[in-house]
Amino acid sequence: MTTTLYTSDHEWLAIDGDVATVGITDYAQSQLGDVVFVELPKIGRTLKKTEAAAVVESVKAASDIYAPVSGEVTEINDALAAEPALVNSDAQGKAWFFKIKIADKSELGGLMDEAAYKAHTA
Amino acid sequence: MPVRDDQDSLKKTPLHALHVSLGGKMVPFAGYDMPVQYPAGVLKEHLHTRNAAGLFDVSHMGQIRLLPKSGKVEDAARALERLVPQDILAIAPGRQRYAQFTNEDGGILDDLMVANFGDHLFLVVNAACKDEDEAHLRANLSDNCVIDSLADRALIALQGPKAESALAKLCAEAPSMKFMDAGPHKVAGLACFVSRSGYTGEDGFEISVPAADAERLAKTLLENPDVMPIGLGARDSLRLEAGLCLYGHDIDTESTPVEAALEWSVQKSRRTGGARAGGFPGASNILAHFDHGASRRRVGLLAQGRAPVREGALLFADATASEPIGKVTSGGFGPSLNAPVAMGYVPTALSALDAKIFAEVRGQRLPLTVAAMPFLKNTYKR
Repeated sequence: MTTTLYTSDHEWLAIDGDVATVGITDYAQSQLGDVVFVELPKIGRTLKKTEAAAVVESVKAASDIYAPVSGEVTEINDALAAEPALVNSDAQGKAWFFKIKIADKSELGGLMDEAAYKAHTA
Repeated sequence: MPVRDDQDSLKKTPLHALHVSLGGKMVPFAGYDMPVQYPAGVLKEHLHTRNAAGLFDVSHMGQIRLLPKSGKVEDAARALERLVPQDILAIAPGRQRYAQFTNEDGGILDDLMVANFGDHLFLVVNAACKDEDEAHLRANLSDNCVIDSLADRALIALQGPKAESALAKLCAEAPSMKFMDAGPHKVAGLACFVSRSGYTGEDGFEISVPAADAERLAKTLLENPDVMPIGLGARDSLRLEAGLCLYGHDIDTESTPVEAALEWSVQKSRRTGGARAGGFPGASNILAHFDHGASRRRVGLLAQGRAPVREGALLFADATASEPIGKVTSGGFGPSLNAPVAMGYVPTALSALDAKIFAEVRGQRLPLTVAAMPFLKNTYKR
């Protein structure tokens, strides 16, 4: 059973046990525009919450993506290197960025559920 | 640099309401509230311009007439040659030429287009510089010319391989115009100034139209299914692929036309040994750069990977050098090349084609190759 939570910086986390799959929301991709390049963290890197973890480049600009929780990167989505436009077509599905082993589950307390996130972007 | 103002103090072009109605995402640019993109997005807008035709609102740019007090256009041309290193006298009636206003050090105050309209000159200058340009013209040319700033005209660019057929429906003379032809023409019955030029590397036109008629003309052009509205985002990626300079970024008061690799725009008549050599601001420095070379040069840069190298990125001679050799002045992703493209300044010794250098992006050294510009072959109708 996975639970999906959201950050105010427009990332989503699908939480399954102590692993979170992280990506950016459909709202975020619509604001960024056409994505042409995604730089992902290295597997094994330990991230602190709010630390810059990835970079999304659109035709116009580069945007940092922050770690929504602290933990170790266990997997990255190689499909984004070949097809960055997946972020535009399926932000909350095939275009996940990385998986992180959550170091401290209490950090999830400050995140939003879907209803709260919808209100945040309304 | 674009002037960033409060929303309230931003100026609006005559096409502002149309941009909003078309879903344009409005941003401040050079003191104007301008569309950076429409719902199609930068990538589609860029590619549509290369494949069909794009309509751009460039009404924020300055349009200035130089009216010779003597009534002879040569007198206005001779006067303007005091401010630019170009051969203005040689511009035939109905023709246009690219030029730069230079300062006493040989740096570039602005770049502009100069057209000969038979009895006067017609100038198009950058939005961010237009007030200073007008003051500069008044201070220096008022003895010979009346400087008439045309604030009541919009400027619409129509660019791309379908621009000719789209404009031909409204202006029968359009197809017979050649690249850099310019003059008064009726477009949809309106008194316009049309030039066959642009800022995309594509064939196309720029149409100066009375402000009151601008929206009607733009709407008529947009009724053609080949024509799509294009925002500033794609305008920037199109001109970057075409290797064209953006004032305030790739050229400024610190760069001479020689350093900026714009030698082609300075005719022999104004260079050492020419019939009217010198006689423009900064001539000693600029002619010294022509005669003895400059120490740095603007070059095109291509990356090996897909990570865009953007404005401000520092350039290095190798992967470990600690001292930068230059800086990227424009950079991003080129949708038609489907690859990152950039331009920047490097020491002349490293400016040869295929020279290998590095850019620092987020702490990493990315390999770059000095490349010919335009990055894409232009399609001007010569």
